[in-house]
Amino acid sequence: MTALDEIKIGGLGSSRKRVEDNRFIRGKGNYFDDVVLPGMLHMEILRSPLAHARIRSIDTSKAWDIPGVRLVLTGEMMAARNLAWMPTLSYDTQAVLATDKVRFQGQEVAAVIADDPYIAKDACEAIVVDYEPLPVIVNPTQSLAPGAPLIRDDKENQHDNVVFDWEVGDKDGTDRAFEQADLVSRLDLHYPRSHPSPLECCGSIADFNRATSKLTVYMTTQAPHIIRAAVALVAELPEQMIRIISPDLGGGFGNKVPVYPGYVVSILASILLERPVKWVEDRSGNLISTGFARDIYLHGEMALRKDGKILGVRMHTTSDHGAFFSDAQPSKFKIGLMHSAFSCYDIPAAHLTARGTYTNKAPGGVAYRCSFRVTEAMFFQERMVQAAADDLGMDQAEFRRMNFVKDDDFPHRTPYGFLTDSGQYRKCLDLGLEAIGYQDFQKQKAEAKSRGRLLGIGISTMTEPLGAGNSREYDILGIKMFDSADLKVHMTGKALLRTGAKTQGQGHETTWAQIVAHELGIPAEDVTVEEGDTDTAPFGMGTYASRSTPVAGAAVAMVSRKIRAKARKLAAHLLEVSEEDIEWELGRFYVRSAPNRGVSIQECAMAAYSNMPDGMEPGLENTAYYDPPNLTWPFACYIATVEVDPQTGVWDVLRVVAVDDCGVRINPMIVEGQIMGGLTEAYAMANMQFITFDADGNCIGSNFMDYLLPTAWETPGFELHEVVTPCPHHPIGAKGIGECATVGGPAAFVNAVMDAIKDTGVRNVDMPLLPDRVYEAITQRHDVSGAPPVKSDD
Amino acid sequence: MYPPRFRYEAPRSLDEAIGLLHDGGGEAKVLAGGQSLIPLLKLRFASPDLLVDINGIAGLDYHQLDPDGTIRVGALCRHADLEHSTLLPGKQPVMAAAAPLIADPIVRNRGTLVGSLCHADPQGDWASVVTALGGHVVAQGPGGRRTIPVADFVSGPFQNALAYDEIAVEAVIPAPRGELAGGYLKLERRVGDFATAGVAVAVERSGGSVSRAGIALTGVGSSTINATDAAQALVGGALSADRIAQAADLAAQAAQPRTDHRGSADFKRQIVRTFVVRLLTRVADSEEKAA
Amino acid sequence: MTSLFEEITPEPASDVPVRRVTLTINGERRAAEVEPRLLLAHLLRQGFRLTGTHTGCDTTNCGACTVLFDGRPVKSCTMLAVQADGHDVTTVEGLATASELDPIQEGFKQEHGLQCGFCTPGMMLTAKALLDENPNPSEDEVRWALSGNLCRCTGYQNIVKAVLWAAAKRRGES
Repeated sequence: MTALDEIKIGGLGSSRKRVEDNRFIRGKGNYFDDVVLPGMLHMEILRSPLAHARIRSIDTSKAWDIPGVRLVLTGEMMAARNLAWMPTLSYDTQAVLATDKVRFQGQEVAAVIADDPYIAKDACEAIVVDYEPLPVIVNPTQSLAPGAPLIRDDKENQHDNVVFDWEVGDKDGTDRAFEQADLVSRLDLHYPRSHPSPLECCGSIADFNRATSKLTVYMTTQAPHIIRAAVALVAELPEQMIRIISPDLGGGFGNKVPVYPGYVVSILASILLERPVKWVEDRSGNLISTGFARDIYLHGEMALRKDGKILGVRMHTTSDHGAFFSDAQPSKFKIGLMHSAFSCYDIPAAHLTARGTYTNKAPGGVAYRCSFRVTEAMFFQERMVQAAADDLGMDQAEFRRMNFVKDDDFPHRTPYGFLTDSGQYRKCLDLGLEAIGYQDFQKQKAEAKSRGRLLGIGISTMTEPLGAGNSREYDILGIKMFDSADLKVHMTGKALLRTGAKTQGQGHETTWAQIVAHELGIPAEDVTVEEGDTDTAPFGMGTYASRSTPVAGAAVAMVSRKIRAKARKLAAHLLEVSEEDIEWELGRFYVRSAPNRGVSIQECAMAAYSNMPDGMEPGLENTAYYDPPNLTWPFACYIATVEVDPQTGVWDVLRVVAVDDCGVRINPMIVEGQIMGGLTEAYAMANMQFITFDADGNCIGSNFMDYLLPTAWETPGFELHEVVTPCPHHPIGAKGIGECATVGGPAAFVNAVMDAIKDTGVRNVDMPLLPDRVYEAITQRHDVSGAPPVKSDD
Repeated sequence: MYPPRFRYEAPRSLDEAIGLLHDGGGEAKVLAGGQSLIPLLKLRFASPDLLVDINGIAGLDYHQLDPDGTIRVGALCRHADLEHSTLLPGKQPVMAAAAPLIADPIVRNRGTLVGSLCHADPQGDWASVVTALGGHVVAQGPGGRRTIPVADFVSGPFQNALAYDEIAVEAVIPAPRGELAGGYLKLERRVGDFATAGVAVAVERSGGSVSRAGIALTGVGSSTINATDAAQALVGGALSADRIAQAADLAAQAAQPRTDHRGSADFKRQIVRTFVVRLLTRVADSEEKAA
Repeated sequence: MTSLFEEITPEPASDVPVRRVTLTINGERRAAEVEPRLLLAHLLRQGFRLTGTHTGCDTTNCGACTVLFDGRPVKSCTMLAVQADGHDVTTVEGLATASELDPIQEGFKQEHGLQCGFCTPGMMLTAKALLDENPNPSEDEVRWALSGNLCRCTGYQNIVKAVLWAAAKRRGES
């Protein structure tokens, strides 16, 4: 008997076509707004036009008069039910509907539930709110200025606008390194506020059934079990009577992790009205109020020896969390995994201090394919590396190569305390340099220069921690960050797999089945994957921060192995030998001394229901919960080449090369898709995409006319390459990948433009590198900051 | 996302449409392409009582080239019709350059040039093009037709010179007397973006000398800017580098941009200057090539 | 008696303007009584339960709502339902026949041209209109034609490949 071909059955390494495509290409996806429940009502939210104001009064009488309006909710009514405020995922509180003040433009002030959303919107317009404007804060400098207005005057013991102070690393060792430095390279920059902006906005359908006391909520959430727990605690409902259904999601990118006021209000409305209530957010609401990303300032310093060795790194970050600290991140790390910066370089000492501030802007700070601030960490890292190499007069590639952790130096303890377990950073960089034609490009650059054209090349290399995370260090609100898989093998040998993850386009229905195929030899097409319904899915912490392959994927492998262990016993029983005489090859157990005698996994499955050995529990089903021993460490090298138009500041991308190592690739086609999506977001943030504010706190970037997403026309093509260094601790050697390109990509583009205009002596232009900023840098030869408030004529 | 309530009529003739506007007493709006009006309704920046949908009126979707070289664009001629026109290339380089840059390809299937002029958005590209070409709008009301030069037609930001019971039925681009050259450049950060700045340049030449010129600017003022001094500086001579530079400076001076999140006022003037130079230099170079 | 099996909807108030709109959707004649302010996208989604057409923004940028209107791509969120009276609309549900997928649908699956699937219906319909007019487009022509449809997941590269795959299949070259 020949063994099964793993690729043919859709195992690891197969680029099998996606299962989910079958419904999406027919327009038969099941996104939450596609769901219609009998008697369903529709909810619209009234939002504050002002960024900071006391609410003197709210008059909803005209709204109630509009035919078709069923309920008008205000903060006062929520407060009467103890629901005007809710806890955030970062141990702060957030207003559900404003009571005393509004603290950011777009904050939720009231909600109308009506027979259709048009009427609900009419009624929102009829609500009259009397505001008393207050002074507005739009950046941390204003937050921290002496005498600044207190934004969170609702919090006892809050006397300023500081959210947290946090510190990690070795201050003394770092100070000593700086004393010994031949050169100190400094860089200050702002990573602007951005927004994940998945194409599908957020929303929910809350359906409280008075007869059964069961609350069912369809919700755009990447973490349905966290939501179930949150709803149980906030709404004080029994957890087993809450069902959260996250159906097909039109993208997430972290935007669909936090708990939003709209969800809470829709749940209360359904309880009060005893009818399903649907809340569909519009794009303006999404951009102006939901979980944003970045908005963090860096002051970075690097201590250097004159031959180019990095002796130490100091980072001070100031982060802008808006009006409420609602970051979704591991609770121990106030500034997330910012201290994962510089993990690929061999640096003896480093020290990071971080301060978080409140401002009059939307709450949050952690989202958008950011792996818990790793995007910021790696951007800061590669911008500092670029500046340092320039300050030393060293070649960018050479500087990196010289400081990389060596291939045989693993496990490696980073100066901030992470443990990296594997890497081939030099190989990755060298592949990238060869692919882009590094030496040739330098010649082209010089030659173009002589004709007045500005070309530039930018490198970004990094390793990042993905797969939060082991229970010793990682938890969200105290809940450990394990994940789960539940596998049921039916008697005909087909299987149903459910996990605690939640795909938003990453293709879990396709890839998890590939892991089962690899472990059990059941063809992937015989394995159906379900996620997202808390009534059926095992408890998991959801999908974000690229944690699913590292954690849930590992759980899938582990549960498959549990099944295989039981199947082995069944095989021994069927083959009438002892278990020690049994061998396994893909899909089949056989007798070691008589290999022709064997049984398929399908035959074992049937036996589990019809021919069990004495004393064995029937059935072939199991669940695995996986607590990862460590994070996984994918690494990458991204290189971009650009041309800058010196008369307009417009820059065009010439080529983009990406070399990624994410360990064993379950489905290469899907991995490449993730990388290309991430590179596009990187390009977008570097080129055009940001949210900013004017001095009055008006949000610029609350619609797609101002918040610019690139189209197929601007987006460059991508050349992808790979290195494969299996993860030493992951059951199938895989690492996370979904966010790598978003994390490492932006610096490649920015470094390229800075390289093109290097002769100006400008060391930094804040993202996005808009034409006017680049033009200013070129003509005025100074760094250009993009921090709010936006400059205006007034 | 959800427009306010309004009444709707879909007349089958211009007279019927005009009658409805007249009876509407100023609270009615014409719906043609709808790609500017409907977004305004969805954001509730407009609340007309009545929408008069003229899409059902036959005979308005043309664009034609008269024997004498005049271009007539009917009220229902879509941007896409102009983008894919076989009449414009070669004959109307400014229009041909601008058409693909309006909004995005899907919006171009519905939006109309005449509607764009009526909407009078300072960010509107066509107003600059038609201004640079010295065109006019034909308006029809209860009293009959009249022509309004486009420079007068756009009377302020989102304000046009139509009476409340008039419909713009046609835009007319006059036949060039000399050889027409020119183009349209727009600094947009992505397809569909509003212009950070846009420049339409039209020059007519006879015997190597510029006989007529038009320069108009998008997005750098409270409405479309007709840079007449800049255009005048080109008339009566060859397209030399000096004249081009002078026109560019005058155009930049004519601009009244605001400093905002798209850039400083100085930067926008710089774009105006650069685009004028590039457009005119391209024209001068192609003349040299042809010679 | 069919009305007894439908959910009973309230009579609109007498001052609410209502118009009858009759249109052909995916080859089938359908009618509805709607307010003039109802967007075409909502008529399709809520009225006719054709939920393959999506809405993703409120400023006519994203193109998730793209349908074919008399064969040409339009953003159905920026048209009124009443404007469709007497016209022909094709949604994503009209692409496949009972037995066969449209080559464009096949192409998107073959070339991994979708991830979350939300932009996909709009993308495919715009692509179909392109290929109906230009059976052999270049990569640039594909990117230009799709520049009114936003995607957040794929980075467009595979979408372009999907359209070119479909073009080749339609030309009989696969």
